[in-house]
Amino acid sequence: MASVTTPNGFELDDSGQRVVVDPICRIEGHLRIEVNVDENNVIRNAVSTGNMWRGLEVILKGRDPRDAWAFTERICGVCTGVHALISCRAVEDALDIDIPANANSIRNLMMLAQYTQDHLVHFYHLHALDWVDVVSALSADPVATSQLQQSISSWPKSSPAYFRDVQNKIKRFVESGQLGPFANAYWGSPAYKLPAEANLMAVTHYLEALEIVKIHTIFGGRNPHPNWLVGGMPCSINVNETGAVGAINMAWLNQVSDIINNAITFIDQVYIPDLTAIASFYKDWGFGGGLSSKNVMSYGEFPAIPNNYTNESWMLPNGAILNGDLGTVYDVDPRDPEQIQEFVEHSWYTYPDEAAGLHPWDGVTEPNFQLGPNAKGTKTNIEAIDEGAKYSWLKAPRWRGNAMEVGPLARYLVAYARGHEEVRAQVDGLLAALDLPVTALFSTLGRTAARGLECSFTAHKMREVFDGMMANLKTGDTATANMQKWEPATWPADTKGVGFGEAPRGALGHWVHIQDGKLANYQAIVPTTWNASPRDPKGNIGAYEAALLGTPMADPSQPLEILRTIHSFDPCLACASHVMSPDGQELATVKIR
Amino acid sequence: MPIHKVITDKPIIKVPGCPPIAEVMTGVITYMLAFGELPELDRQGRPKMFYGQRLHDKCYRRPHFDAGQFVERFDDEGARKGYCLYKVGCKGPTTYNACSTVEWNGGLSWPVKSGHGCLGCAEDNFWDKGSFYSAVTNFGVMGGVEANADKVGKVLAGAAAVGVAAHAVASVIAKGKKSKSAEEVSNG
Repeated sequence: MASVTTPNGFELDDSGQRVVVDPICRIEGHLRIEVNVDENNVIRNAVSTGNMWRGLEVILKGRDPRDAWAFTERICGVCTGVHALISCRAVEDALDIDIPANANSIRNLMMLAQYTQDHLVHFYHLHALDWVDVVSALSADPVATSQLQQSISSWPKSSPAYFRDVQNKIKRFVESGQLGPFANAYWGSPAYKLPAEANLMAVTHYLEALEIVKIHTIFGGRNPHPNWLVGGMPCSINVNETGAVGAINMAWLNQVSDIINNAITFIDQVYIPDLTAIASFYKDWGFGGGLSSKNVMSYGEFPAIPNNYTNESWMLPNGAILNGDLGTVYDVDPRDPEQIQEFVEHSWYTYPDEAAGLHPWDGVTEPNFQLGPNAKGTKTNIEAIDEGAKYSWLKAPRWRGNAMEVGPLARYLVAYARGHEEVRAQVDGLLAALDLPVTALFSTLGRTAARGLECSFTAHKMREVFDGMMANLKTGDTATANMQKWEPATWPADTKGVGFGEAPRGALGHWVHIQDGKLANYQAIVPTTWNASPRDPKGNIGAYEAALLGTPMADPSQPLEILRTIHSFDPCLACASHVMSPDGQELATVKIR
Repeated sequence: MPIHKVITDKPIIKVPGCPPIAEVMTGVITYMLAFGELPELDRQGRPKMFYGQRLHDKCYRRPHFDAGQFVERFDDEGARKGYCLYKVGCKGPTTYNACSTVEWNGGLSWPVKSGHGCLGCAEDNFWDKGSFYSAVTNFGVMGGVEANADKVGKVLAGAAAVGVAAHAVASVIAKGKKSKSAEEVSNG
């Protein structure tokens, strides 16, 4: 292939050297990235392959719809609870069940806690090390680090002795030869730009992880994989009667309140200042925008009004932006067969007619694993993918035929374009602090920045939701579950439903078809299916592939730039990755977090 | 495909759960480091120190089970008083794990304590043993003693005095039978 232009406006050229990064493991599957670089090591073609089959849709057929949340929750251990919530919404939609106000508040608290925790963990444990050089922190001056910390925040842990302690801890790690979680990154790479003191400060905060998920443990009994319930929440509330010690009581509510306060303090005094400080050193690394300047989408999340899943209720709005036109925001309706469709021409599945897309209610999950004629290697040891044929276990979801980016940046762009006041104030404030134009958002760094702002937004919303729930409890309403339609005998013989919302990583939908009390069909389109999507029959590329194009690599055997951009979408990477040259020879082995 | 069918030439220690409790995982590993030996295992290959008893055996809601006080529906009066979740599907009576004692996330809570029955996630094929909300009827190796105790609970709802007497008898039977069953499990 020489150079081609995709219908969604990207130039692809696969004539240069092929670099393979595989596997980039994720919790719910595995990801492989292949790129072609030109003679200047600039990425000119990118291929995103989900190389493991989830198969959950098949597992769910014939089961009790009230059990579905527990299965879908286990699609992913990091986004835990998110699938469970969307599954409950889908079944409640199908069975026309309204949940009580307290259940809505508790669900919102758990989802907001999930966002807050997920974004913090992503920044400090997964993504920061793409920007922060741990080993460089060894050469930092603790006194200067202390001054830097005190200049940007009132966080109390800022003394030179405190930073010296942390530095000694890192030193012991490095001297023992066991870097542990810090092993196998590209320490010392010229792509790192932070001064040693900023590195030491950020590494210190990496070690101060918060335990916001304890909100899940209180309301859901455990984390990961807390418990949910079709019709509400299983945790009854009892604040003033005999037996309150066996339910959600004042002691636990106080604990939730404390956790929220601690989260707000940490985010506002540590995360946002760290993010701003790091971003200020990378202002000129404006790569990785991809689809974000063209097509973004959000289903909306955090219903302020129970059982109302419209923009009247969403704290972060629903909407789609096409071709970068922030002046027009379209409503997204996951029920509409004309709007959401999945294609499989480049996916390892079979459809009766692969030129056409299928709405998830009509969705088919028939595996068909075959490599294209230009692939290298074998089915069990793929050396190079043929992206002209089928090449991923992910289907290609499209909104009105368009590939869409989803996630924090998409949500923030939709909210910004909708004139959301809190979001506008946050975004304009950060851009002013960094002296950057709005267009700077269309980048890897923009994605990372939006996630940080959203983390602050969700932490503060937890306070609002908690106070709202306390006000409701004061009226005497302690209901947490509506059991009127619990028994299958009360259900229609044949019914369909959709649950939709936003996981921390982006738009998430579950479509259910219930027949005679059992699941006849279950389809889920998860955020990563949108972002890591393969090509569609028209040749539109997805968000991962688009975001990598045009990025210069300092050294293709050290694909830090690929990791940085792919990580900015928040895949949960946790295992070894191998970098191979086109002949299959391993160039380097890295660990990706 | 279970791990013991894949790796056949090395001792396998199973620490089941979906996921297992973090403190249990670290407890098993540090036991081996501290004492230089494999922990004692049950017949399914699980360390007895954490998987030797059912959640039900050490559940803080057990007195409500024994007294026949059950949650009949989520968020009913019984649920707000922390009664036993057996009738809304709790798999605690057939699940060997440490949730009811070690608890989750630093000992903060565990599923039953937050109002939902145990899903049974530490047991083989727990996904395919019927709905999570169906009351356990097959007590397997435990000899059905608790199934009788459940019937006792139903009697209790109607006639408390008779129920208490019947419960006392059932508990005696349960004790004798259970210790025998536990032996069968560990020897089997």
